[in-house]
Amino acid sequence: MSTAEKTTIRANVYVSLKKTVLDPQGQTIQSALRGLGFQHVESVRQGKYFAIDLDASLSPDAARAEADRIAREVLTNPVIEEYELEIEQ
Amino acid sequence: MKFGVVVFPGSNCDHDAFHAVQDALGQQAAYLWHQSTDLERSDAIILPGGFSYGDYLRTGAIAHFAPIMESVKKFAARGGLVLGICNGFQILLESGMLKGAMLRNRNLKFICRPVHLRVENVDTPFTNALHPGQVLSIPINHGEGNYYVDNETLETLQRRREIVFRYCDANGGLSDRTNPNGSLHHIASICNRGGNVMGMMPHPERACDALLGSTDGRAIFQSAINAISGTYSKPKVAEAVAPQR
Amino acid sequence: MSSITPELVEQHQITPEEYSRVLTLLGREPSLTELGIFSVMWSEHCSYKSSRMHLKRLPTRGARVLQGPGENAGVVDLGHGLACVFKVESHNHPSFVEPFQGAATGVGGILRDIFTMGARPVAIMDSLRFGPIVEDHTPSLPGGVPVKITQNRRILRGVVGGVGHYGNCFGVPNVGGETVFEACYQDNPLVNAFALGLARKDELFFAKAEGVGNPVIYVGAKTGRDGIHGASLLASAQFSGADGQQKRPNVQVGDPFLEKLLLEACLEAMHSGRVLGIQDMGAAGLTCSTCEMGGRGGVGVEIEMDLVPQRETGMTAYEIMLSESQERMLLVAERGHEQEVIGIFKKWGLDAVEIGTVIPEPVMRVKEGGKVVAEIPNTALTDEAPVYDRPWAPRSRLEPLDPPPAVKAQLDQARSGEDLAQDLVRLLAAPNISSKRWITEQYDSMVRTNTITGPGGDAGVIRIKETGQGLAMALDGNGRYCYLDPKRGARLAVAEASRNVSATGAEPIGGTNCLNFGNPEKPSILWQFSEVIDGITEACEALSIPITGGNVSFYNETEGRAIYPTPVIGVVGLLEKAEAHATAPFRPIGNNAGRSIIVLGGVLTTDESFAVSFGSSQYAQTIIGALWGLPPYVEMAYEQRVQACCRHLIAEGLVESAHDLSDGGLAVALAECALSSGVGASVKFNQADDARRLLFGEDASRILLSATKESRARIDHIVSQYNIRADEIGVTGGDALVVSQQGNKLFSVSLESLRSAYEDIFPATIEEVRV
Repeated sequence: MSTAEKTTIRANVYVSLKKTVLDPQGQTIQSALRGLGFQHVESVRQGKYFAIDLDASLSPDAARAEADRIAREVLTNPVIEEYELEIEQ
Repeated sequence: MKFGVVVFPGSNCDHDAFHAVQDALGQQAAYLWHQSTDLERSDAIILPGGFSYGDYLRTGAIAHFAPIMESVKKFAARGGLVLGICNGFQILLESGMLKGAMLRNRNLKFICRPVHLRVENVDTPFTNALHPGQVLSIPINHGEGNYYVDNETLETLQRRREIVFRYCDANGGLSDRTNPNGSLHHIASICNRGGNVMGMMPHPERACDALLGSTDGRAIFQSAINAISGTYSKPKVAEAVAPQR
Repeated sequence: MSSITPELVEQHQITPEEYSRVLTLLGREPSLTELGIFSVMWSEHCSYKSSRMHLKRLPTRGARVLQGPGENAGVVDLGHGLACVFKVESHNHPSFVEPFQGAATGVGGILRDIFTMGARPVAIMDSLRFGPIVEDHTPSLPGGVPVKITQNRRILRGVVGGVGHYGNCFGVPNVGGETVFEACYQDNPLVNAFALGLARKDELFFAKAEGVGNPVIYVGAKTGRDGIHGASLLASAQFSGADGQQKRPNVQVGDPFLEKLLLEACLEAMHSGRVLGIQDMGAAGLTCSTCEMGGRGGVGVEIEMDLVPQRETGMTAYEIMLSESQERMLLVAERGHEQEVIGIFKKWGLDAVEIGTVIPEPVMRVKEGGKVVAEIPNTALTDEAPVYDRPWAPRSRLEPLDPPPAVKAQLDQARSGEDLAQDLVRLLAAPNISSKRWITEQYDSMVRTNTITGPGGDAGVIRIKETGQGLAMALDGNGRYCYLDPKRGARLAVAEASRNVSATGAEPIGGTNCLNFGNPEKPSILWQFSEVIDGITEACEALSIPITGGNVSFYNETEGRAIYPTPVIGVVGLLEKAEAHATAPFRPIGNNAGRSIIVLGGVLTTDESFAVSFGSSQYAQTIIGALWGLPPYVEMAYEQRVQACCRHLIAEGLVESAHDLSDGGLAVALAECALSSGVGASVKFNQADDARRLLFGEDASRILLSATKESRARIDHIVSQYNIRADEIGVTGGDALVVSQQGNKLFSVSLESLRSAYEDIFPATIEEVRV
């Protein structure tokens, strides 16, 4: 890794509607899948995915904290949405 | 009287709101640039419809970070009148100035057509020119107007009479068929506790000229003019007690 | 050693003859970048090489015409210092490959054509054609290709979504258009987008470079590898088999939000007085805008590739010059004031970079890292581009002139009243006739608060706030008519678009056309094209409608199967007072007497000619399931008088409603006027003719009016001045459509049952999930 030093840290944020909120898009996809013969589909929830590249000067902890703040304060609306965050090593 | 119309990148009903206020209502209007913090001594602020920042993250989600919104929030906190129309309503929800959030329309499609609205509370600065139960015909134009809020907050909204308009039929009746987008409790418009901040999905600025089919939207602007000029004074919160259904 | 091999030339779709012309014009072998530039600029899409000599026949002059064909869009004078800028353009092939983005970028492209002229877009319309979305009489296409219902519905949903997405976000009302289903469009859907804008006459802008030494500024989106060779590959060659899939990477992605910013920034920059010329980068991107701006200004443009904002890394000059990334503009500013212009774009958050200068030599010079990689005389790419007088030959008729024997037998039998009522219900439910509300409610039809009549009317009507005038606009075309007789069909398309405008009370002042055809290298297709041009020319001359621009889309063929020749005509009309317009719905009458229902115009045809023309009708298609004969004949002088009379009656306020008679004939028109208002009608025929002819015949030059009894005398007086017919056929009122003939009741159908056919079937069909 000496010649191709990684210059960014990838943070993946997955945003979806809360389980308690009706997801008409997910429901439509689910019924379409059933209609297409995928009989084992129990439920579908849809959402958004953000790939965020952070400056590699951040420590892993700091990167996670920064990405978490972005996800919480900007990328999701807590009234209806929740998120999952993963940091690629 | 001066209405400030905020212009975000992607606002596209800013000219329409300006025109309605200036030409249909005969008031002064000014455009307020999103990067400014100066409300230019406006008596009321309109957050117009459109697709601010393309609505690419969530509707209204980026706009509430704009510098002008800091001033708008301070203005509202002092009791200033703020009307959010369509995308403007979505911005008010995202900024927390109003409660709840918008989901995609139940049929997953953008909908543009006139709808009927029943006024639920005429004791607000935006509805004082209406009579109780009055039904208006005003167009909607949105893809995400399916209002959602948790049960507890909904109860609060009802108790404090913060639901201002509901989608209904021509006679004011509520049914699933006359709910265009799946909104909880047919909600088309809500206000804050003080009544001075109101958001509505329908476009009153599109219903200010008989040539275009309806003048029902004028009453909403006229109410604001009444409120500012003092020809209407809001009843004290204690008087407005009868909770909504 | 030569680096340009014959294979490379062929891959660029340049013929050996064209390549030798390149060698002559340059006096040397081209570089690869230059070859790419020639390939896009000499493509059918950009050069109009097969159509140019025919297009010259179109009438393009008129008292109000400020700009005819040759600019980004046509311009007509509205008086009061205002001008109206409009054009219709196709985006057919991209919309088949990727329906949503193809249609969205089609709308984006036509909008840029309008605001690049300094006009703010105030209305759009779209003319769409798809393969069948329901099983009907055509289980398969010629060659045994099955009808692909699921695919056709998917394309429809994608296209409608794309048109809505772009227009709604941009903030321009969609005020009308048409949606047609026909088997021939199955693998070649048509997406024709129209846009109209308004500008002060003295603030129009043109795509012209001027002033040697002036900076050339690139604004808008960054350049990526989108749509490289889109113009030459997608729009200029027919599809074969699985090509559509392979060509997917060529499709551009639109960003309506960015375009909205570009609009505001461009108009603001233009108002600053520091912009001298501007052109959008559409088909053939930077190449086209660079050489055309230089060419029009009689100067040259030199640009440096390293300065072009790029979205991807490692792009070559070839890729940058040929990219069709959307939402980009090239402009020439006044030297010394470039920072002022750049500042306006920065304010709107847009890239604006000086990438070159205007030079005295009439060439386009492209540098990469300071080194010239392409230098081509402007004229070599524009005026000197090949023009072909391709061979043409009349196509032999494939459809019979007279009804086929089985149909003849069917037509010889009288139809009962009950059957006729059923026929009407079936026609109203047919996708070609039924309400398109499912589509149009997905479009913002009201933004800018000018829309008087939106989608569903005869024509879209908007007001002009500044002057109190109104503008009416309609798009029309009928491929089936043109397939049976290209010239007659084209005349009818012009007549109907114009009649739709006249039915609102507006006087037609200009037209635009989008000409959709198969492969012009086939003599029968080129014949269709030539006939259509003649038909448009005759009709436009008779109705005094100059054609101010438009576009040609050839190669709408898949595996040798061409679409019907489909000219789509856009007509724009002016109302001096917006209030003085008419709409189609009957008026509510309350407790008053019903209004007189009048058919204005109409020429008596002989029984024999009717039997021939009925074969092109919607009735023949939907109820009989056959195609034969010729489209109805339209006598242009008579048509002109009918339209003028209609406008006169509306201007005097004598009619309460006006609606053009077209697809489905009188019965469908009556149902539409009744359903849109909830006011029924009672109609009596005194003639002994076949009721199918009276109800469903599609004779041209007819407008359905309603008026009070008190207005009748004055109406008759005016009608007599125009020497046309006006027959009172019934009265409005009730909640049903009641029809009788010679004292016998044929049928009475409730508006409720008509409504459910007209409104409910189409959405249920399109929403149905199919496997």
